[in-house]
Amino acid sequence: MAIAFNPTAAKPLRPFASFSLPLMIAFGAILGGALLQTWDMGPGLGMITGAVLAALLGYALSHHLPRKTGRLVSLGLVGVLGFILGGPLGGLVGLIIGALLGWAAYWLTTGDYRRGVPVYSTSGQTLWHNAFKFICGFIFFFLIAPILIVIPLSFNAENFFTFTPGMLALDPDAYSVKHYQDFFTNPNWLQPLKNSLIIAPIATIISVSLGTLAAIGLSQSHVPFRRGIMAILISPMIVPLIISATGMFFFYSQLGLWMEQYLGMSKDLTGYIKVILAHAALGIPFVIITVTATLVGFDRSLTRAAANMGAGPAKTFFKVQMPLILPGVISGGLFAFITSFDEVVVVLFVGAAAQKTLPWQMFTGLREQISPTILAVATVLVFVSICLLTTVELLRRRSERLRGMSPG
Amino acid sequence: MSNATTGPDNLTGVTPDTGLKIGQSDESGPMLAADGTPLKKSLNRALRKQKIRALALIAPLLIFILATFIYPIGEMLFRSVENQIVGEVLPRTVRVLADWESENDPVPGDAVFSALTKDMMVAVEEKNHTRLGSRLNYEVSGVSSLFRKSGRSVDDFGEVYTDQFIALDPAWEDPLTFVSIFADEAWVEADAAYDGEGRRPRFLLRDGVGEVLPQTASMYRDFARVVQTEDEDSPTEEDVWNSVYLALYEDLSVQPDIPAGLPQAEMLATARGAVADFETADLRAAFVDVDEGWEETRVWQTIQQYSAPYTTGYFLNSVDLQKTPDGVDWRPENEQIYVTLFIRTMIMSTIITVSCILLGYPVAWLLANLPASKANLLMILVLLPFWTSLLVRTSAWKALLQNQGVINDLAVWIGIVADDNRLALINNATGTVIAMTHILLPFMILPLYSVMKTIPPSYLRAAKSLGATNVTAFRRVYFPQSVPGIGAGSILVFILSIGYYITPEIVGGTKGVFISNRIAYHISTSLNWGLAAALGSILLAVVLLLYWCYDRIVGIDNVKLGG
Repeated sequence: MAIAFNPTAAKPLRPFASFSLPLMIAFGAILGGALLQTWDMGPGLGMITGAVLAALLGYALSHHLPRKTGRLVSLGLVGVLGFILGGPLGGLVGLIIGALLGWAAYWLTTGDYRRGVPVYSTSGQTLWHNAFKFICGFIFFFLIAPILIVIPLSFNAENFFTFTPGMLALDPDAYSVKHYQDFFTNPNWLQPLKNSLIIAPIATIISVSLGTLAAIGLSQSHVPFRRGIMAILISPMIVPLIISATGMFFFYSQLGLWMEQYLGMSKDLTGYIKVILAHAALGIPFVIITVTATLVGFDRSLTRAAANMGAGPAKTFFKVQMPLILPGVISGGLFAFITSFDEVVVVLFVGAAAQKTLPWQMFTGLREQISPTILAVATVLVFVSICLLTTVELLRRRSERLRGMSPG
Repeated sequence: MSNATTGPDNLTGVTPDTGLKIGQSDESGPMLAADGTPLKKSLNRALRKQKIRALALIAPLLIFILATFIYPIGEMLFRSVENQIVGEVLPRTVRVLADWESENDPVPGDAVFSALTKDMMVAVEEKNHTRLGSRLNYEVSGVSSLFRKSGRSVDDFGEVYTDQFIALDPAWEDPLTFVSIFADEAWVEADAAYDGEGRRPRFLLRDGVGEVLPQTASMYRDFARVVQTEDEDSPTEEDVWNSVYLALYEDLSVQPDIPAGLPQAEMLATARGAVADFETADLRAAFVDVDEGWEETRVWQTIQQYSAPYTTGYFLNSVDLQKTPDGVDWRPENEQIYVTLFIRTMIMSTIITVSCILLGYPVAWLLANLPASKANLLMILVLLPFWTSLLVRTSAWKALLQNQGVINDLAVWIGIVADDNRLALINNATGTVIAMTHILLPFMILPLYSVMKTIPPSYLRAAKSLGATNVTAFRRVYFPQSVPGIGAGSILVFILSIGYYITPEIVGGTKGVFISNRIAYHISTSLNWGLAAALGSILLAVVLLLYWCYDRIVGIDNVKLGG
């Protein structure tokens, strides 16, 4: 048998029959044993079928076809096989298995598995390196899958929290947007949405304006009791929410009564004021931290130059300092916004039913009547957070570029 | 930047140069600033100005946080020891009960019951007795109904005295008789002039009557206040309570003589002569008749123990202890829950922290060692969960972990689990650990990543080139340098997880809940706010201790967000 040689690995490849073939067979057996048996094949038969299929594919692909074509062939072949055996869902699973088998066949036979390791690594080190990569892959899957699984589930036509047989068969009738319709028409959801959109921006404005000022103050060279002040300002982030909520519950109920009695405010208005103040307090640490971090890289001679040229403190602030620290201020504001927008515990304790926010409604929904509308709301919120994350990342990079900390 | 016309010698003002000259002219003197003041003073002034400016910028926020956050926390701490309700609602009883010793006397004497009659009368009218009842019910169960039941019939207690006074002289039935004895003339005039607009004139006690008839005066003052505030009526029109007659009877029985200066002194003197022959009422029997609980030593001991304005009772309760006459002791076995809950919170937070380390370490290592472009891409997979709403992630886990949920369906479909024997993944500790590990994992990865980013990869290569195996190189070279990251991440995750409420509440069932769920329960359902405050204070102490460690390890300024 001719021994293939991979120039990137710079090491002779292992013989096909004693290395790639057994591994392919094992791989096929596992996939077949786990999946094929559901179509009326026993585990044993499924394993044997999977193993035979994998061995044939592994040999045929790696010896007779170039990589791209081979992978497509494997994809198509197993996909069609799956479709014949198990309908649309079987086809989908077949496509996945086909892609995996096709990838594995080339990965093993061309020596790609040695890509990330130095030439001198032993087999054990190579094995560990690849195992490590797989483990990390699984952890990333664990991180992201629960968030992504919500999206297809929210299109469920039934009132279930799981995939219905119809959905698994990819039946178009099993999917619907009725939960989204419910979200955008049901007053039980619209009122909380409105409340969230009232409370979060106002709380954000309060925390950003006060927080930016204080961060500028804190970044001066001589601040007495800096550590103590910093500890107090960051404390809303340190203290567990449940404790903040307990403390605020006692305080704000008295504050609300006081405002009603002596300032003649309506119960609704005091409710909003209470929740907004509480949320502003919770958002402040995030503003302080991000803005002080931005100010660390701020060139102080710029303000001196502005003053030298005759700009007053206010003008210096708005024309020179503010544009430069704006990315930090905005990302701090976004953090404060998401803190308020996501917050349940404090609003649960401090607010009244009239101030019910979106997370609160989701919380009661999860506790009492489980409606898939929650999943529709969750999907919408996932997209909101993707937008926020993108904005923050772009701002962070811009800020680093402005401060010359990284080239791109 | 000088020119010929404004050269240093043509200037009349102070310049750095003249300052220098002044400084040189007196060699032994202090160094001077440009304007001739000592440099030290001038610098200090500039520094002070700078400090004041910095503080002025910080002040609005500092005041805001102090008012909206620190003060509420302080108030919570205060609530955990505050116990003024017993002394406020039962002032007379508490005073008389102070002398009672339960060893000598299982049930307090008649004086206590008489004081209780008066206090209860006021409390019932002001609707405070049920509040007190539920407060004491936290210590001894059944007290709540005891107070509620007694409250319904206490206004009849002592009626026998009322009847006898009226039989003696029908004028005693007239509210005006009492007004003339006890009310200050200025108040009587103001009250008569009151036309229903604005606030009623506040009742004033006549000077001197308090010394002669102390009990009655204080009782009548309470009566007048309650009638004015609760009934919005005038004491001149309302029938006087039976307990005022009771107080009058007691006062007259011990009062040797009535000063002639007092209004209605004659009437009082007559009554004073007659009270010795009055038929008495057994108030204790009356109370026991309503509810036998009043004969229980335990009830009275509790009232006596909790009569001080501050108590350690809530804190004792939150560690499953209680006050007994013999000192502090454990609560009955079936009521011990908080120590178990605290331990469970700690154990589960530890498990969550360890799982986060195990899952976060490889990922952080991968991110720190990949080229920047790939690392940034993978970083999004870490940051997206971080930015996604907590409720979204919790709903997702609820959908995944349920008995009929995605994971169980998948397991059944593959054939790992039988359909009738699905995995119990939710409503227990497993569910809480899985969901919270997922939720808190980014908080572990981010600090670990920022520490690992600073470890040069050449160290590992150097170790290996010196002959270390992979394992040794990792164990002896890389791992020790990444320990600060593990410490920072662990403390962050641990602090966050011991205070978690939402996720355990939804996926934890009964076996997977934390101490925070109990706090929320006491705030919103059982309304035992003092206990909630005490539990919160203990949790706060634990968190502050951990935070102090965090500060020692990482430093307060090194808190980083999102890479």
